[in-house]
This record gives sequence, C-alpha cells and structure tokens, in this order.
Amino acid sequence: MRFLLVEDTADLARSVQDLLRLNGHGVDWAASLAEAQDCLAAARYDLILLDIALPDGDGRRFLADLRRAGNDSPVIMMTARSAVADRIDALDGGADDYLTKPFALAELEARARAVLRRRGGAAQTVRQYADLTFDPLTATMTIAGEVRELRNRELRLFEILVNAPDRIFSKDQLCDRLFSFAESVSDNAIEVYVGRLRRKLDGSSARIETVRGLGYRLTAA
Amino acid sequence: MRRLFPALALTLFCLCLQSLAARAFEIEDRIRLGAEGGAVLSILSTTDITAAEPLLRAFLEQRPDLAVDYIVASANSIHQAIAEERLAYDLVISSAMDLQIKLANDGFALSQPDAAEVAGLPHWAHWRDLVFGFALEPVVIVASASAFDPGHLPRTRRDLIDALREDPERFRGRIGTYDPAASGAGYLFATQDAGFGNAFWRLAEVMGRLDARLYCCSGDMIDDLATERLLVAYNVVGSYALVSSAKGSDLIIIPPEDFTLLLIRTALVPKTAARPDLGTAFLEFLLSPAGQASLKGTPGMTPVRDATADLPSSARTIRLDPGLLANLDRVRKSAFLVEWTAAMTQP
Amino acid sequence: MTDSPARNRPARLGSGRVALTGSLRRKLVLQFLAVAAVVAVALFFAVRVTADRAAEAAQDAVLGAATIALSEGLRAEEDGLDLDLPPTTFSMLSAMGEDRVFYRVTLGSDTVTGYGDLPLPATLPPGALPEFYDASYLDTPLRLAAVTRSMLVDGRQVTALAVLGQTRFGQRAIADSIARRAALLGVGFFLLAVPLSLWAARSILGPVGRVTEAVARRGPHDLRPVNQSVPRELGPLIGALNGFILRLRGALSRTETFIAEAAHHIRTPLSTVRTEAEIALRQTQEEPTRVRLRSVIRSVEESSRSAGQLLEHALVLYRTDRVDRSEFDLAAVVTALVEAFRPTAELRDIALALDLRAGEVPVIGDRLMIEAALRNLVDNAIKYSDADGTVDVGLTVADGSAQVTVSDRGRGLGGASLADLATRFRRGGNVTDVVGSGLGLTIVTEVAEASGGRFSLSPRDGGGTCAVFSLPLR
Repeated sequence: MRFLLVEDTADLARSVQDLLRLNGHGVDWAASLAEAQDCLAAARYDLILLDIALPDGDGRRFLADLRRAGNDSPVIMMTARSAVADRIDALDGGADDYLTKPFALAELEARARAVLRRRGGAAQTVRQYADLTFDPLTATMTIAGEVRELRNRELRLFEILVNAPDRIFSKDQLCDRLFSFAESVSDNAIEVYVGRLRRKLDGSSARIETVRGLGYRLTAA
Repeated sequence: MRRLFPALALTLFCLCLQSLAARAFEIEDRIRLGAEGGAVLSILSTTDITAAEPLLRAFLEQRPDLAVDYIVASANSIHQAIAEERLAYDLVISSAMDLQIKLANDGFALSQPDAAEVAGLPHWAHWRDLVFGFALEPVVIVASASAFDPGHLPRTRRDLIDALREDPERFRGRIGTYDPAASGAGYLFATQDAGFGNAFWRLAEVMGRLDARLYCCSGDMIDDLATERLLVAYNVVGSYALVSSAKGSDLIIIPPEDFTLLLIRTALVPKTAARPDLGTAFLEFLLSPAGQASLKGTPGMTPVRDATADLPSSARTIRLDPGLLANLDRVRKSAFLVEWTAAMTQP
Repeated sequence: MTDSPARNRPARLGSGRVALTGSLRRKLVLQFLAVAAVVAVALFFAVRVTADRAAEAAQDAVLGAATIALSEGLRAEEDGLDLDLPPTTFSMLSAMGEDRVFYRVTLGSDTVTGYGDLPLPATLPPGALPEFYDASYLDTPLRLAAVTRSMLVDGRQVTALAVLGQTRFGQRAIADSIARRAALLGVGFFLLAVPLSLWAARSILGPVGRVTEAVARRGPHDLRPVNQSVPRELGPLIGALNGFILRLRGALSRTETFIAEAAHHIRTPLSTVRTEAEIALRQTQEEPTRVRLRSVIRSVEESSRSAGQLLEHALVLYRTDRVDRSEFDLAAVVTALVEAFRPTAELRDIALALDLRAGEVPVIGDRLMIEAALRNLVDNAIKYSDADGTVDVGLTVADGSAQVTVSDRGRGLGGASLADLATRFRRGGNVTDVVGSGLGLTIVTEVAEASGGRFSLSPRDGGGTCAVFSLPLR
C-alpha cells in the first residue's frame, strides 16, 4: 500500500515510515499541511495518515477542505490527544477511521485494511505465490479455483511468511508480530496458527516447513 | 361723667364695707319638699318659689329618695353666703350672672368636668365647666293696658323716649325702673344697656325729668303696674311679667326691637357643698331634656336648648364670661352710679 | 481542576455553601425605621416646644394688650381718678380658653380697685411695656402682666400700677391639643415611613436581585461577562464578578487545553519509542535484546494506556461538574463504537457481536462521557477475552431505561465485587498478566452516577463477565 504520512514530529514520522517500509509499504512524508497539499497534487495514495495538530493548521480543517474539494482519498486520523472527543470530531469531519498514538503497526495495518475493504478495494492488492492467489484485503486465498477465507491471525502469519519466502522465521519473531505485547502468549500458541494455516494451504504447492530448532519458512514445491 | 371724687370714693368704700358687714345673709323664703329622712339637697336661689316649685317637683319625681331644701335669697346675699360665710349649700341658682362669674372666677365653684359635655350646651351658655346657664329670660318693657293708645305702642327705646316726651304730664311719677344702686340685676341691665348705645342715657335723663320711681325688684314693678300706680316699667325681667299676665292682669309686654337683653339664669355647685353629688345631680337634671321641658312651663323662660330656635334677631344675650367682672369693679360702679344719679336728679 | 467549574453550577448559588450574616434588606429597613423613629420623636418635641412657645407668646401678647388697655382706662381728672373698664378687656382674655381673670390697680401704695391681695411684680416695670411674671393666687398658678403709668393726681405725680393676671387653662389646652397633634404627626410620619422604607429597601436592593437572577439563570457554559446596567454602587461588585468570570473562563479553557496538551506531550514521544522498539525488534536476532525490546514495548503500552485513562478520568470528573447534557441516539453511538473496535478485536481473532433490538434509542446525557464509559467496557471485554472468543454487545430498552450489555467469555471477576474493582487503581487479582491501569471501571461507575444511570458487573452464565450499563430514556 502507498501511504501519505502527515506528521510534524520528525522522530515519530521517521520511525513510522521505517516500520511501514519494513512491511513493504510505500510511504511519503509531509511535515506540514502545505507539504501534504504538494504530495497530494503529485501522487495518488491508498491511504492518508493525518495528524490533527500540525504547525500550519488543524488536520480536521484540512480534511474538511479536502473533502469539499472532491478528494475522497481514505483518511485515518492520528492524534495523541483525548481519545473520545477527537475521535468524534474526526469522524464527523469526514475521516474513515481514527488511531490514538501510540499504536502498533499491526493495528494500523488492520485499520487501513478495514478502511480499504469498506471502500470496496480500490487498490490493487491481490498477490500471487506459487499456485495460489492471495488477497489480504478480503482475507481470502484462492487455490485451484477454491476460495478459502483466512482468519486474521492466519492472514497475518501468511503475510509475514509470503513477504519473505524461504526465509526462516523463529517462533519468537512470529509471536512478536502476531500477538499483542500486552497479552501473555503460551509457547505453543504459534504452533496452533501454523497448524491452521497449513490446513488452509492444503492442495497447494505452497507449504510451511518446520526447520527444527530454528523456526518456519514458506516454500513452494 | 363717670368720675369719682376721692372723698366720695372713700365714703362709698366704707359704706360698702359697712353694708357688707352689717348685711347678714338674709333668707327671703324657704320651702322643703320631698321624702322625710332622705338625703337633703340644699339649693340657694334667686328664683322665687312659685317659679321654681314645678321644677323641684319634677326633679323629685325622678329622685323620690331625696328631699330638697329650697332657699330664696337676693343675689348679693347669696354671694355673701358662699364667698364670705362659706355656707354649705349644694347648688346656687342665680340670675345675677356677674356674681355667679365672680364666684367661679374666685374659685368658689366646683368644676363639673362632664356636665357641659354630657348636656351638650352651646358654648355661650356656660363658662368653663363651672357655671352653667339653663334658661334665658328677656328683659322687657312692660306697660299697663291704658298707658298707650292701641296701635301706638312704643316698639323701641327711641319710641318710648318720644312717647314720654310727648306727654310728660301723663307719665310723671308713673314710670318705674330698677334702682341700679340697690339692685344687682338693675345695675347689670343698666351697664349692659349703656354698653349697647347712648339711648340708655337719654332715656335715663327723660325718666329722671319725669320723676321715675326706682325699684329693687321686678315683682314690685309688676304689682304697681297692675294697680296702675305705674304706666310703664323699663327693664323688667320677662318671666315676672308673663307670670303676672298669666294670672289675668292686663299688662302689655314689649321686647324692645332695637335690642332686647337676654339674661341667662345660671347654676353652679359651690366648693363648700355638703353633698356636691346632689348639687351635680340637680344641675344635670336642669340641663337634661326632662328638666328643660319642665322649664318651658314657666312663662318667659326659654330653655337654653331651644334658644337658637326661639330667639328674635334683636336678642342680645349677656355674655357669660369674666368680662362681667368689669361690671363689679367698685370704681367703675361708683362712677356709673354717680353718673346715673346725675341723670336721674335733674334740676 | 474540578473545583472551579463547580462554582459555576447555578444550583449551588446561595445554597448552604454561602455563610449568611443577616439580611441586608432587613438591616436597611430597620435603619430606615430607626431614623424615622428618631425623626418622628424629634418632630414631636420640635412641634411641641415651638407650639408651646408660640402659644405662650400669643397669650402673653393678649395679656399684655389687655393690661395696657386696663392701664389706659385710668384717667386722672382734675378731681380724682377715673377708670374706664370695658368688659371686653376681660372678655378677650377669656376668649381663648375660658381662663380665670384677676386684676388690681394701685396708686402709690393704695389699692384702688380689683383684688387687693393679688401679687405684685417684684420690681415696678419701668415703662409702658408690660412686665410678665408668674405667681400663685388662690392656690392657682397665674400668669400676670403689670404696667405702670405716671399720673398727676391732685397736683401730685404718682405712679399707677395696673396688674392683670390670668390662669393658663387655655394655653395648656392648646398645648395639649398641639401635643396630641404632634404625637399624631410623629406616629403618622413613622407609619408612613414603614411602607416607604420597605419600598426604598426593595428598590435599592432590586438591582442586586436582578443581577443575581440574571447570573443564576445562565446555562453551565454561559461565561459571558455580566453586562446588565446597574447602579454605580454595584459597579465594583459587577466588575469583580466579571473579572472572576474572566479568570474562571481562562482557568476552564486552560484546564481543557491542559488535558489535551498533557495527552499530546505524553503520547507523542511514547509513540516514537514504541515504533522505534518495534523496528528494532524486527531487525535484531539477538535474544536478550529482543527480550528487552519486548519489555520496552510492553511498558510503553502500559504507560500509554494509564496516561490515557488518567486523562480520561480527569476529563470525566471535569465534565461531571459541567453537566453538558444533550439528546442523542444511543444505538448510533453503540454501533459506531463496535465498528471502531472491530479491527482491534480482529487482531486477536475475537468476534464482536452486536445485538440491536431497538431502533433509535434517544437518551439525554453527556455524549462524550457516556462514549468514554462504553469504550472502557468494550475495551475491557476484548482485553480479557481469549483469542477466537466472542464479545457480545447488546442494546435493549426496558422499564424506561436503555441498557447496554457487554459480555465476554474471559476469565471473569475472580470473586471480586464491583465496589472493589471500581475503586481507583484497584485491579482484579487475576489480571496481573494483562496491561491495565485499574481506572477503567472507576470511569464507568462515575459516568453512570453522573448520568443518572446504573452500572453493574456480574459473572456470566457459562463463564466470563457481563457488564450492564443503563441510562434513563429521554
């Protein structure tokens, strides 16, 4: 996905960009509303991540102007301020969703996906691996014409693996990306999801290999 | 006029003292009415019994428990009895307004704080709450039936003067009036007359020239009119004339139209009273509607309550106030009498 | 932070919080009446004394004139002394009040006429003007006047003295009557002063009442300065009040700004830390570093959540005092809330089931507060649910109230009561492994109380927890 990040705190903006790029997304950064305006004039974005408090104005006002100008790019607003009041303001102002800082990348991706899903899949998201096609937006996998639905964690696990085929991911690495740091996860929790995903991959040439002592990797026969 | 020789003044002064000392209080008449053994109300009065008796009986009807000791005396005697001898009488009734005022002014009358209010007297009929007038009497000219031609009756003092001058021989020695030197009432009428104009002095001169007879009392004048020893009497108290006329004598009563003096009969309760409550009771009866009504039976007396309705416009009520004290001033009286004598005794 | 808005609540104006020291109006009325009473009494005495003096002066004038008339009645003739004594001389003395009259005329040392024992003045008056003096005669107090005249009698120059005395019944009667009138005047003045002072007090205090009414009638957010026109004396008070309103407005807006800014300043760096840690975790393979990075992220999440709930709690307390009520559709709020949480729940494969039996559910309350409470409930339910579980959110209407039910199949309450859990910073004994501040249920309970609703937490049949938040319907 291609994001436009409108955020004035440089440190935060840099880290968020890095993190999004790690997951394979394209990101442009605008440190002010003026820059954001320039970016929007130059390119198309799947999603705009818009901060509320910006040096040259209020993100909500900017969003309202954008909508009035006929631009209906999906927008997720971010704020570090009071959750409830700003959320109502943001949604009333035309935002598609709302994130309170700090947020996990997983949550941002989930919300972005939910927004795009609601918007009817505007972007080209369907990907292919071996003999299967995979649509992260609709959380479906098509193998030999058979559509299989993935649950959220199965989808995310598959995404991690498919983004780096043949690379070995340790259980810890997978756990860190699959589970919230706030919850306690048992050692075999990841095996449960690997097991479930393997069943969804039945009949495909793609399969998850267990590399004893190291972890898992996705390969195609 | 009205002058006094010091010698004469001294003489008169001595005479006065003498007469006061010599003249003991004289009772002229006396009647006792009412219950035996009851409380006795003693009244000292100038009004004779004949005129007073109906009033006394009317009172006793209301208070049958009482007896009344009614004593008639001259006004001067009454003043002497109260002011000098301090005798205990419960009520003093007198026609001598000046002496009544003097009694009250000099502190011999008992105040009746409620009487004037209760009886609602007109203000001219009482002095303070000490002296109360209960009846009015006109002072009139009385003529025998044969004195004047019918139709030529004198109506004023001027008419009388003219009539006397026209026919002096007819009236010589047959005119009577009070002797102001002897009668308190006569002196009062004379001074009041003199105060209202000079007709009095002209009349006095005319009467003096016609050898007028001087009397002490109205009753004597009426008697002599009845026997035709007198043809005309001047300044007669109206009640006597009317009583007499009621008895059938042929007298003509003329209230002078220029002005008619009205005398107020007054009553007061002396401080010396033995039973002031009884005196007050009779006083209140006199002023009450019942008492006033029984006064109407006495000819010539107008109850004070009816006064305003009945009086002719020529009426001049003698003022009941300390102005009357001037009347009793001995210097003034001497001067007046000197002048009177001068008018009466003409060469 | 929460104290200043509390003073803005009209219900508390003039209530037990204000120490009342007597009534200004009663004090004014009493002072008016006291002044009126003093004036009335002074009036009485002034009128009385003046009237007494005037009556005495008038009586003296009459007495003097009568005495002069008496003396002028004396004539020296060539052959003696003559006295012209018109009765009116005495009558006029008696005319006013029927007074008793006494007189005496002396020539040299002899009494010529009148009352021979009437007291004479101590010294002979020098001229034609009467000398007035008081004396007692016949046990009666008298006011007397004496006039001398020099006369030639029998060729000798002698001094004639005319003395005239009268009682003062009339003067006393007049004085008494005037005193009665003066007393009536005083009483009347006082009686008139009663309604007048009541009216005056009311009209003086009227502007105070109008200002009070105008301030008390205001809504909770009406912090405009009072611009009513008031008398000059109330100017400083209104000025002070407006200054206070201005400061209060500043404090309130600073409070709101502070809450927002505090959140911003805490969360923005936390965001950077979290993101950086996540990147680092993705890039390192060293196990000890990973453990530390996980711990960092966990701590950031914990402090971020705590900060959020602390600020939310502060906001709830602040808004509880403001009572910003409006009507809104609870069904729409619940729906939006569930949709907003859905991606979060999906991250853990937790299903969010929404059961809306009613259509529109109009309620009256502070929408922000109520939404904050519901957020906490749903957040809790998701947090404590096991993966692959379901959180049921329902909205029903019964008995005049709307009930939002949030139930999970989580680990339950562990035997703790709501009272325990709703205490600030108190958490269930069985949740130490889950990030939380312990403020969530406190917020919910406080919002329920402030909104006139109820909140209950109970074990769910078949395991888990059932939270019920109810609000009165409009």
